[in-house]
Amino acid sequence: MSLQPASTEIAARTAAVISTMKDLEGPLLPILHGVQEEFGYVPQEALLVIADALNLSRAEVHGVATFYHDYRKQPAGRHVLKLCQAEACQSMGSDAIAAKVKQALGIGFHETARDNSVTLEPVYCLGLCACAPSAMLDGQVIGRLDDEAIDEIVAEVRR
Amino acid sequence: MSPTIYMTIYIPGDSGALALGAEKVAKATAKELAERGIAAKIVRNGSRGAYFLEPMVEVETTEGRRAYGPVKAADVKGLFDAGFLTGGQHRLALGDPEDIPFIAKQTRLTFARCGITDPVSLEDYEAHGGLDGLRKAVAMAPLDIVKQVTESGLRGRGGAGFPTGIKWKTVLDTTADRKYIVCNADEGDSATFADRMIMEGDPFVLIEGMTIAGIATGATKGFVYIRSEYPHAVATMNKAVEVARKAGVLGATVLGSPNAFDIEIRVGAGAYVCGEETSLLNSLEGKRGVVRAKPPLPAIQGLFGKPTVINNVISLASVPIIMDKGAVFYKDFGMGRSRGTIPIQIAGNVKHGGLFEIAFGLSLGEIVDEIGGGTRSGRPVKAVQVGGPLGAYFPRELFDTPFDYEEFAKRDGLIGHAGITVFDDTADMLKQARFAMEFCAIESCGKCTPCRIGSTRGMEVIDRLAAGIEPEKSLALVTDLCNTMKFGSLCALGGFTPYPVMSAITHFPEDFKPAPARVAAE
Repeated sequence: MSLQPASTEIAARTAAVISTMKDLEGPLLPILHGVQEEFGYVPQEALLVIADALNLSRAEVHGVATFYHDYRKQPAGRHVLKLCQAEACQSMGSDAIAAKVKQALGIGFHETARDNSVTLEPVYCLGLCACAPSAMLDGQVIGRLDDEAIDEIVAEVRR
Repeated sequence: MSPTIYMTIYIPGDSGALALGAEKVAKATAKELAERGIAAKIVRNGSRGAYFLEPMVEVETTEGRRAYGPVKAADVKGLFDAGFLTGGQHRLALGDPEDIPFIAKQTRLTFARCGITDPVSLEDYEAHGGLDGLRKAVAMAPLDIVKQVTESGLRGRGGAGFPTGIKWKTVLDTTADRKYIVCNADEGDSATFADRMIMEGDPFVLIEGMTIAGIATGATKGFVYIRSEYPHAVATMNKAVEVARKAGVLGATVLGSPNAFDIEIRVGAGAYVCGEETSLLNSLEGKRGVVRAKPPLPAIQGLFGKPTVINNVISLASVPIIMDKGAVFYKDFGMGRSRGTIPIQIAGNVKHGGLFEIAFGLSLGEIVDEIGGGTRSGRPVKAVQVGGPLGAYFPRELFDTPFDYEEFAKRDGLIGHAGITVFDDTADMLKQARFAMEFCAIESCGKCTPCRIGSTRGMEVIDRLAAGIEPEKSLALVTDLCNTMKFGSLCALGGFTPYPVMSAITHFPEDFKPAPARVAAE
């Protein structure tokens, strides 16, 4: 089921991303964001191309790519569901919400469903603390999560 | 042909409102307008911050603005039937939004326009007093701008409370071929959303504040480092910067003056520690977000080794009004050494959650009970955490503490970025203390040992406490560990994690009793 592109293609597409951002001051993070947007993750093969273009060692680029939570080593599922697990959401029962969602989707945090429908991730604050508990589904924000909202989310990712 | 042609409907595009269904409300409204053949403009304003009323829809009537909320998409048809466009009666009618108690009790200086104007309309911004501060600043000598900011008493709103003017003076006094203004918009603390609201609801005020900072210190380039969890803020800021460039607010000649200043928006990558200023600078440079040792201060050797002002969003967004109305005007608000206003963010298990801007000095009890209205669950308040994940838990006994940097420090707490999370009596403080350690372990940058290792050991010791294994010894150990983290860590992540842990232990000892006793007590 691997739909991951061949390494020569990765190199070419990475180079294209780099060319649009190379002249920024401190271009590495924007480039990594761009690469992730292009592929849905940051392929190992891309790191080499970036290191070359920015005159950095491969270790330096690897160090940066692995430091930040956002950069993925593998592609995510078709949907990405982030559940806020920070204090304000905890005060409104985010633990119980997370348990229900995990049960309904059959996966834990940092896991992708076997049918590749969804990746579940914890997030520490979406800034929606006055309408907790909150979540983000593919960039869409959802506040005051309740059972009904969970059912809707589960139905949406299974569609 | 019809007088309705000039009608304006305000439906917030703020992500808090979106999370509660504002997009569906906007779509339903557009549909009703089309079906009824009414010509009206829908403005996607920011939020006024009363999230318990969001999505709050407002209409411009001949008597002024009228608000309705919280509006669901299903309510829209009924609102039209009730004639809400001309202020008609409806069960969701809130009257003049300025008279809603939560809004009427505030002193809005920094958030004066937030929720009122079209966020990306520069004309709207100027019509509501925008750019007046910058206009005055371009006619002033840099040192005079710095003096005015210093005299206003403005202190860093990110949490550290360092006087903003003094930071600026250091950068002004340091000679270099290039200087930077960096805005820390990596608002990662739970219970805080003031930065997000400003960026989504009044982005030009931040642009104006940064530009003034640039002119005051001789910096020509600004970066706004926004966390990736805020995609709407990123989009609005990018749009606003573009508008400001086109209008000549940013660029080679700021408002036609000889000053050059431009801004670039950068997006973080999900590292909490990058809210710490030196790791943010490393991240901007394209490095791992590891904390730097100080000295050198960022004001002397900051971004790319150049003198850099690094300020929080709210600090910078408070500058335009200080330049416009004067230092004395701003300084007149507040108490002690905490001058001006503070946007308090009331969150968690609270009835009236939202952003409440007011002069320093309100007591914690007034904020939680009167303004917040107690818990959303209706149960008694057990604890409130003030200042995000690195802030202390306060019990009801300390609710007389006034909202002031020094007063909170006296009680082993901090106001941080002024976020307050309310917990009801179902909260387990041992669990909260463990989470503080766990969060520190997840987010530690790894540079210093007390934070990197201490947080993991802290989790283990608290687990032993929970299991009732040698409770006295474990308690002594976690206290000792907190002491080491507090004084031995390089930055606030490891250094302040002891605040929630120790405050939970000190104020809620019953939750730390060995497991058998806890069961027996229930």
